[in-house]
Amino acid sequence: MSAHDSAVLERHGITQDEYERIVKLVGREPNLVELGLFSVMWSEHCSYKSSRVHLKTLPTEGPRVLQGPGENAGAVDIGDGLAAVFKIESHNHPSFIEPYQGAATGVGGIIRDIFTMGARPIALLDALRFGPLSDPRNRRILQGVVAGIGGYGNSIGIPTVGGEVMFDETYGGNPLVNVFCLGVAKRDGLIKGAAGGVGNPIYYVGAKTGRDGIHGATMASAEFDESSAEKRPAVQVGDPFMEKLLLEACLEVMATDACVGVQDMGAAGLTCATSETGSRGGVGVEIDVAKVPQRETGMTPYEIMLSESQERMLLIVKRGREAEVERVFEKWDLHAVKIGEVTSDSKLRIRENGVVVAEVPNRALTDEAPVYKRPFAEPAGRKDLQQIPRELLRPAPSAADAFLRLLGAPTIASKRWIYHQYDHMVRTNTIAPAGASAGVVRVKGTDRALAMSVDGNGRFVLLDPRQGARLALAEAARNVACAGAVPIGGTNCLNFGNPERPEIMWQFAEAVAGLGEACRALEIPITGGNVSLYNETDGKAILPTPIIGVVGLIEHADRMLTRVFPAAGLDVVLLGEGRGELGGSEYLLNVHGMVRGVPPVLDLDREKALLALMATLASERRVRSAHDCAEGGLAIALAECCFNSGGVGADVDIAPVKTDAGLDALAGALFGESAGRILVSVNSDATGGVLAMAKAAGVPAVRIGRTGGSAIRIAVDGAVAVNCPVSDAESRWATSLAEWLAGRAA
Amino acid sequence: MTFAVVVFPGSNCDHDAYHAAKHVLGQDARFVWHKETTLGDADVVILPGGFSHGDYLRTGAIARFSPVMAAVADFAAAGRPVLGVCNGFQILLECGLLPGAMLRNRDLKFHCEFVGVRVERTDTPFTLLCQQGQVLQLPIAHGEGNYYAPPEVVAELEAAGRVVFRYAAADGSIVDSANPNGSLNSIAGICSEGRNVVGLMPHPERAVEAMVGSADGLVLFESVVKSLASMGSLQAVAR
Repeated sequence: MSAHDSAVLERHGITQDEYERIVKLVGREPNLVELGLFSVMWSEHCSYKSSRVHLKTLPTEGPRVLQGPGENAGAVDIGDGLAAVFKIESHNHPSFIEPYQGAATGVGGIIRDIFTMGARPIALLDALRFGPLSDPRNRRILQGVVAGIGGYGNSIGIPTVGGEVMFDETYGGNPLVNVFCLGVAKRDGLIKGAAGGVGNPIYYVGAKTGRDGIHGATMASAEFDESSAEKRPAVQVGDPFMEKLLLEACLEVMATDACVGVQDMGAAGLTCATSETGSRGGVGVEIDVAKVPQRETGMTPYEIMLSESQERMLLIVKRGREAEVERVFEKWDLHAVKIGEVTSDSKLRIRENGVVVAEVPNRALTDEAPVYKRPFAEPAGRKDLQQIPRELLRPAPSAADAFLRLLGAPTIASKRWIYHQYDHMVRTNTIAPAGASAGVVRVKGTDRALAMSVDGNGRFVLLDPRQGARLALAEAARNVACAGAVPIGGTNCLNFGNPERPEIMWQFAEAVAGLGEACRALEIPITGGNVSLYNETDGKAILPTPIIGVVGLIEHADRMLTRVFPAAGLDVVLLGEGRGELGGSEYLLNVHGMVRGVPPVLDLDREKALLALMATLASERRVRSAHDCAEGGLAIALAECCFNSGGVGADVDIAPVKTDAGLDALAGALFGESAGRILVSVNSDATGGVLAMAKAAGVPAVRIGRTGGSAIRIAVDGAVAVNCPVSDAESRWATSLAEWLAGRAA
Repeated sequence: MTFAVVVFPGSNCDHDAYHAAKHVLGQDARFVWHKETTLGDADVVILPGGFSHGDYLRTGAIARFSPVMAAVADFAAAGRPVLGVCNGFQILLECGLLPGAMLRNRDLKFHCEFVGVRVERTDTPFTLLCQQGQVLQLPIAHGEGNYYAPPEVVAELEAAGRVVFRYAAADGSIVDSANPNGSLNSIAGICSEGRNVVGLMPHPERAVEAMVGSADGLVLFESVVKSLASMGSLQAVAR
């Protein structure tokens, strides 16, 4: 008979089988505190128990990789003795329950992951997903999330330099807030989250521990239902000022060699920080919870260990260097408190005023967590979803009308309403203009710059998870290549539904397999990331949404490219070719109201050639601008090249395409979302050279027209299909999101 | 010439001001922690932008009590140049070195963007190399930059020519659409009676290299260097 009845186990999200595993690992029945430790560490959020077998298949090594998955963040070598340290993480569930604080603490959490590694964070990106803006609830969530991201990032002084936003019905009950952070560290100054050196003191520093966020990790590992709003107390409140002090103080401490290891307290709080550092270092950790600074009175060891109060760090300090470390924290008005020490017995031992209240092997909480090979099965209706039945198509508008409609679609329209609330310039490294496809920051003290992009089109993944994930990586890589960068590393945030459902697990397994294929082909190692499962409300899952972040290196920052046509009279060259693919497109969604069809094909060999070609064209200054064709296809990409240019138009003639049965071939040519395409503008005397280089690289390339005039004029096979003044198109694109958010659009 | 950049807890443009002075302008620059009580050999003091003490109370309301502020007040009283940018301007308002207060932006949103800033006066140490009426493209990044002062104070500022910068359209016209936050009289920056203390919401230190979007802010730094150099040569003549 168990010491805990089934109701207690259920409340802790622990199955009977898992309980038996715990008993075996501990060698006896766990007490309630110990059960609490297991419940958070074995939650999906912390243990990756459903995803681990799949994640192991991702390529994680490469010539530049300094740190792969398993630490607080990944790191790649960027030359000059420096490392780029980056990771992406989700804060989806808290952002639904309390948008401002959920998003704010998401930003705070990923920033801690970066400076924990000894890196100074210098850039943030966000990938956001919301339900349709026709619903006031979704507008409120978006506004809260944007305010929260700004509220935290602006205050702490780390620029939000990019990101992307998409909308779909399925995100209405379950928005996605994925935050990416990048920092720069000295290559040989990376700090690990490992304890070591028996007898070394363990310090707690930062905010006091309160009762907030208890079981946050468990909450993030369950579906939502109508009672979710009652879980509000499990969302934490962010304090960017406290984190700013922690950031500066920790970097100052880490610049000395007084620290053995550092770990932030994020999900699962003190439990995770102590057991993971102990487990990574192969040592024991002993702390006394009575020494932990507390915000509330009467907190139990259980509550202290499980609290997810924000802005707290754990440091393992070299014995004898305590005063030095304490002095730095005192300078910043922070109190570093010694709460325990490293021991030799590989156990996590928790005392309260000296009395042992929990004692379990560290590895039992971490490495010994269960690993599930969950059953998976292709969803029944998928083949049907790949069809586009003629009878479901609405009467198609003219190409010109469709063009304007797409420019005003929330996913395509300018995101200025969002990014102008983010400080994207602080630290004076941001060299790409706001709203660019990739954020670009220079690395002061070097000639280099880092480009970064986050992408993931859930519609493509729904229709074909393997292909959708391949496309997500390719798009992120293409975006950094368009800035003139060579992709050097990736990170992923995999947002899916309930993995206990075989069709969701199938989506997940297929997507990870596709991501792995693309990473291997494009030679982009994944250095870390995050998995967010159970993104469901009332049994309805989100679009499967792997968000892929790619970091690229620009050797000469002054050779960075942007999307904007810099002048009239340039040639417009299309690299890659359109195949009229409308499956899962914005056109199909906005014009015909459906998410159907087959996503675009992706030739990974050709994509690799395209990325290399693009980087060369930029570094040799052979092109003047570059822009990837994504949502809305070539027509929208061309329009975006004209926007923010001061009214430079373009006149192009593109090739006709065949398209899926029943669909307008003209729409396919204009709005098809075929992958592997980049629009570049070229000085006309250089066009011949560019076309020759493309040919040599095996990338199809054709001059399609010229920049200039005051209209966006697109002909297909000689017949003009779109002829719209830049000012009209730009005003539609620029103002649409604000109109949607004011409830004036539909 | 030594630039002292004061670092309050929560300052986050301190590195940017330092970078502008030290690496772009090639002058000496050093950080001064807010708990210090002297400014040492500083020739010019910059109170940088950021969120001092989190700005959880009123912007700049706590920073004014920092130990270093007594030294800053003495420095200002001696007629020496002090520049407050964004949060630094807010701190100057809170400590009374400059008059007025900041309200939240009129649309209640944080704004980060380039704006046009017209130079109204060239008789301050930070604008002496500007052209009167020149429109600088400078970034703003604030949630509370909506300048307010009682009507008689604003009238006094205007009469004494103490409005140094105004938000303006690219052609220099002062129009409401070019006012990003609702500031009275489109005021973007003002100076003290002695003209040596200047505060502004836009960030000149973020606009000192074309690579980051604009180098229009450099002239403020060059101006103060020139101002100090000429003061130095005058002193040399006097000796």
